[in-house]
Amino acid sequence: MSKRTVEYEVSRTPELGMDFRAQEGPLMPTDVVEPDFGSENMLINVGPQHPATHGVLRLVLELDGETVVRCIPHIGYLHSSFEKLGEYRDWNQIVPLTDRMDYLAPLIYNCAFVMAVEKMMGVEVTERCKVVRVICMELDRIFSHLLWLGTWAIDVGAFTPFLYAFQERERVYQLHDRYVGARITTSATRIGGMLADLPEGWTDGVREFADTLPRTLDEIDTLLTNNGIHAGRTQGVGEISGEEAINSGFSGPNLRASGVPYDVRKDRPYYDYETYDFDVPIGEHGDCYDRYLVRMEEMRQSCRLLHQALDRLPDGPINVDDPRVILPSKTDCMNDMESMIHHFKLVMEGVKSPPGESYLPIEGSKGELGMYVVSDGGSKPVRWRVRPPSFVNLSVIPKLVEGGLLADVIVVNASLDIVLGEIDR
Amino acid sequence: MSGVEGREVDGGALTHPSVTAVQERFSEAILRHEVVAGDEHVIYVTPSRILEILRWLKEDPDHFYNYLSDVTAVDYGGGRPIQVVYQLFSITHRRALRVKAELPLSDLEIDSAVPLWDAANWLEREVYDMFGVVFRDHPDLRRILMPERYAEGHPLRKDFPLRGRFSRAEQTRRALSQEPEDYYIPEEFDSGREPQVVHWQEVGGGTEPSADPRRSARDSKESKDRMDTEPAGGDARQETD
Repeated sequence: MSKRTVEYEVSRTPELGMDFRAQEGPLMPTDVVEPDFGSENMLINVGPQHPATHGVLRLVLELDGETVVRCIPHIGYLHSSFEKLGEYRDWNQIVPLTDRMDYLAPLIYNCAFVMAVEKMMGVEVTERCKVVRVICMELDRIFSHLLWLGTWAIDVGAFTPFLYAFQERERVYQLHDRYVGARITTSATRIGGMLADLPEGWTDGVREFADTLPRTLDEIDTLLTNNGIHAGRTQGVGEISGEEAINSGFSGPNLRASGVPYDVRKDRPYYDYETYDFDVPIGEHGDCYDRYLVRMEEMRQSCRLLHQALDRLPDGPINVDDPRVILPSKTDCMNDMESMIHHFKLVMEGVKSPPGESYLPIEGSKGELGMYVVSDGGSKPVRWRVRPPSFVNLSVIPKLVEGGLLADVIVVNASLDIVLGEIDR
Repeated sequence: MSGVEGREVDGGALTHPSVTAVQERFSEAILRHEVVAGDEHVIYVTPSRILEILRWLKEDPDHFYNYLSDVTAVDYGGGRPIQVVYQLFSITHRRALRVKAELPLSDLEIDSAVPLWDAANWLEREVYDMFGVVFRDHPDLRRILMPERYAEGHPLRKDFPLRGRFSRAEQTRRALSQEPEDYYIPEEFDSGREPQVVHWQEVGGGTEPSADPRRSARDSKESKDRMDTEPAGGDARQETD
């Protein structure tokens, strides 16, 4: 390191504006020639241990003053090789791995995985199960967006919405807890159904949540949407055009903020989403502010979906009547030998899938979440691949921040709604 | 159609307009067509012509697969070829197509799709990292999830043991012996100022830090090693008290 002393005498003359007495004209005159500090760019690390990187993301930024010249993201600090682990587990044992990927919307990941496996195996789940999964997925879409909303508000400098959002999140945690007994690592799905039927009174809890959430959203709305500081901080920051967004693989709210109405629920419907009445909000400018607006509206639409799903929730069995995938009842196991053997074989050997493969994309909270499963006929996958929405969304970040200011890097990163557990897998 | 095999069925819901068209356009390069999981269409193509076929699928207005959902690979093990899998979707026509290219283990090279879709950039890097497939003309083909200097190979290959090739002790030793600048890539050093590597010994003054951050890191490591052998200052003070 060479020592370099920079001498810059701060003048206290009124011409330089450093004298804080009342004066006319702009505080900092623009015609002052800036001293030459040399033209070296500076290299800084944001992360991997930085609260605004939402996990262990590391961005190496080359700065010219405050302007970002280059941004090189480094990921992999949370790499847990879930996909490799999956190849050593049978299909149902993979479910707990899925909710550890996106711990902000675990139920969506649980559902997405079993949906792909069921499609590959040709298992058609019951009507009740479909609606329950829709409820779970919409609930967790709100769950994930609420966390995004809180951290987003903190990153742009507002603290109150964080508390409001987390208060609402706590209610979803409690709903998770009442259904599956865990708050984050839900592992709620099984091939062919759910781990259990809904507990008594659970749907009332969901309905109350869907009824009252919009009130909180309204409050946050009044705090942020027309807030001059918030708008000034986010409008026109991190803009991307629709065409470019498609080319870069953007999906979910990020893509829709750029004006592309691609929503997997509408364009490649699953679980009768085409029969639900909901709108897909799209943005206009593709900047951070539009991404905020799109997610805010998506939460309201998810509340609508929750109401509709609760209204149509049919009675009947939650698990499919298919001995290949579903365990016999405990009573049967205790009373006849065949059920006992059946139970033993399913537990010890795992569910067997015929050879085949399937790629099933669903609309996750972060974007298009695709599960690609390949089987060779055994009880373990040959390949289990997750198409990670945050991973592809994050890959665009150099394009969004280069040429902008350092402070905007934090805002852009917050607006992308990434979760490192799923990026690194 | 020549070369068509597998579960190809004519007529009904099992035909796919793009598959028919692509077979007509690139007859001998489309090795076979399969329908899996009910309604998912897969075409297997000659690896050397992948870019040409993808470009046509992306740019032809009747097909217009403008959205690249995913690029991944599948290793079936047992010396079988590694499949590179492209999941395409046309937002305009709401149509999906899976394109596969089979690469023999002896020649794991294929053209990069980055000229067509920016989305392929990180996805192909992941395939390279996990399977060792080299994407020709990729602008930035580096490991992405594993460390830059990871020496154990490509983890998602079937011949890669679950716990890695090295022993836990060796893995720990390698992890601990990394220099701070190992965490940077060469391009980051090349432009801009070299990152300052400041060690705690240097902060308190002492020897004049060298101008080269790489050397200063090594020097300070040696000085730290020396210090480890000497009694620490804090203990000495306690004895005199």
